[in-house]
Amino acid sequence: MSRLQIHDVSVRYPGMNGGDTVTALSGINFQIEPGEFVVALGASGCGKTTLLNLMAGFIQPSDGYLTLGDSQVSGLPRVAVGVELNDQITGPGKERGVVFQKHALLPWLNVLENTAFGLKLQGVCLKERQARASEYLKLVGLEDFHHHPVYQLSGGMQQRVGIARALTNDPRMLLLDEPLGALDALTREVLQELLLEVWQQTQKMMFFITHSVEEALFMASRLIIMSPRPGRITHDFSLDFNKVFLETRDARKVKSMPEFIAMREKVLGIIHGDEATNGGAH
Amino acid sequence: MTKSFDPMDSVDQLSRRSQQNDRAKTTVLHRFANLFAAGPVKPGESYGAPGQGKSLAISLLTTFILIFIWYIATQLQWVKPLFLPSPVAVVQRFWEVATQGFANATLIEHTGWSMMRVFSAFVLALLTAVPIGIFMGVNRIVRGLFDPIIEFYRPLPPLAYLPLVIIWLGIGEVSKVVLIYLAIFAPMALSARAGVKSVAIEQIHAAYSMGATRWQVIRHIILINALPEILTGMRIGIGFGWTTLVAAEMVAAQAGLGFMVLNAAEFLVTDVVIMGIIVIGIIAYLFDLFMRYLERKLVPWKGR
Repeated sequence: MSRLQIHDVSVRYPGMNGGDTVTALSGINFQIEPGEFVVALGASGCGKTTLLNLMAGFIQPSDGYLTLGDSQVSGLPRVAVGVELNDQITGPGKERGVVFQKHALLPWLNVLENTAFGLKLQGVCLKERQARASEYLKLVGLEDFHHHPVYQLSGGMQQRVGIARALTNDPRMLLLDEPLGALDALTREVLQELLLEVWQQTQKMMFFITHSVEEALFMASRLIIMSPRPGRITHDFSLDFNKVFLETRDARKVKSMPEFIAMREKVLGIIHGDEATNGGAH
Repeated sequence: MTKSFDPMDSVDQLSRRSQQNDRAKTTVLHRFANLFAAGPVKPGESYGAPGQGKSLAISLLTTFILIFIWYIATQLQWVKPLFLPSPVAVVQRFWEVATQGFANATLIEHTGWSMMRVFSAFVLALLTAVPIGIFMGVNRIVRGLFDPIIEFYRPLPPLAYLPLVIIWLGIGEVSKVVLIYLAIFAPMALSARAGVKSVAIEQIHAAYSMGATRWQVIRHIILINALPEILTGMRIGIGFGWTTLVAAEMVAAQAGLGFMVLNAAEFLVTDVVIMGIIVIGIIAYLFDLFMRYLERKLVPWKGR
């Protein structure tokens, strides 16, 4: 089984107008195991999105490297080894599906065409790609909206299309950059449950960014808390509230469990401590 | 849905109130007032969005009033016919030029020549400026090649380089078409380039994450995203084409609307001048309407 590994990664941006170099991420060592649902939480500017962009291949690290694959890689950076590692992430690829916060659907295509778009790029024939797309549209509850223009859908339905589109490509992992951030509270909870069901059914690796502590605790099988300046991982918790939900199917009950509330207070304390020392800057 | 605020609403409400008092008497007035009311709110529009509601009736009324003032001014002889002939004289002259011709060509011939020049320049620009603009957006080498050329000649008035075009290409049709082509080229290329730049990076990233190659991203994401701005560029470009027409027909033209206007001005036949201006205006406006129709058909998702 393939895992995603991050080997001693740092990302530095040159400062604006000749200012000091900004260290977005510093010395990240981290891996995501098969079937894990990893949630990243942290104050603004802690490098969550930078980390996701690295995994997606949208940006390159200043130091270190990332791999996605089966090989057990030693800690040596590729320059020292002198050859490119087989599984190294050097750019975006279809084995890593991405769900964006918004603006990522193609408004000139309808729901079905948007969902089947990845397969079209890979040259899958029309009949098969529509069959596979409608399978995933059914999974996200949009089987009756195949021919709607996407710009007429509500925000929640657009995100459903985004999730179905990423899944239709059958990626090894799903990267979700605050996918529920722009949605209203009710739709958000519905889609949280939907994503957990998708995770249970497909057993894909998930990397999910959020600002909401409650959402993070509810979704995560593993929660990482990040801290800014420089961006780094400060806490790493294993959680199982999502498994409790998948057994009981009662989100309200899970979110009002004493353990859940205690954990929420603990995490809030960590994050607020961060914001106090950093002045809540972003 | 709430009705948008519009000064015309009060007219609407007034007539509605009087309608309740005496329905039979005020129906005509009410209907008349209704012509100028904002009309029902369109789906998707919300309260307070600037400039909501219908404006066609107001535009028609403006046009009518302008022609009426023009008519009165000439009828009461506020201005001499040499400076401003009456609308009736212009219409008569229109008929005369259409049937008997002016300066050795009928109106159809003048119009035909001008449209041939403007539209062949337009098609040439479409075939060259749009691809070059797109390549300027996606390729730094092409951008580096064309940017100084376009940015240098774009602000120049066509009349400034007309002599050069004539020295190089002679006084035939080629120089006329090239002059108009140059005027259309810059706005079209720059619009295509801006269209390429307006793509949301999320869409590009999403496509790459679904396994797109660089060429597929250009073809499936960037090109289609640039389409609304390319169409806008076409509208702006053809406008420049018509404004350059008169300059292009200044030298050695035998027929053409611009030539007709210039020729009439030399002999102080003011009604032909005005008639020519109106014909050019109407053709340009009709083409713009057609482009707006195309826009609605091709890019219904524009701005969504």
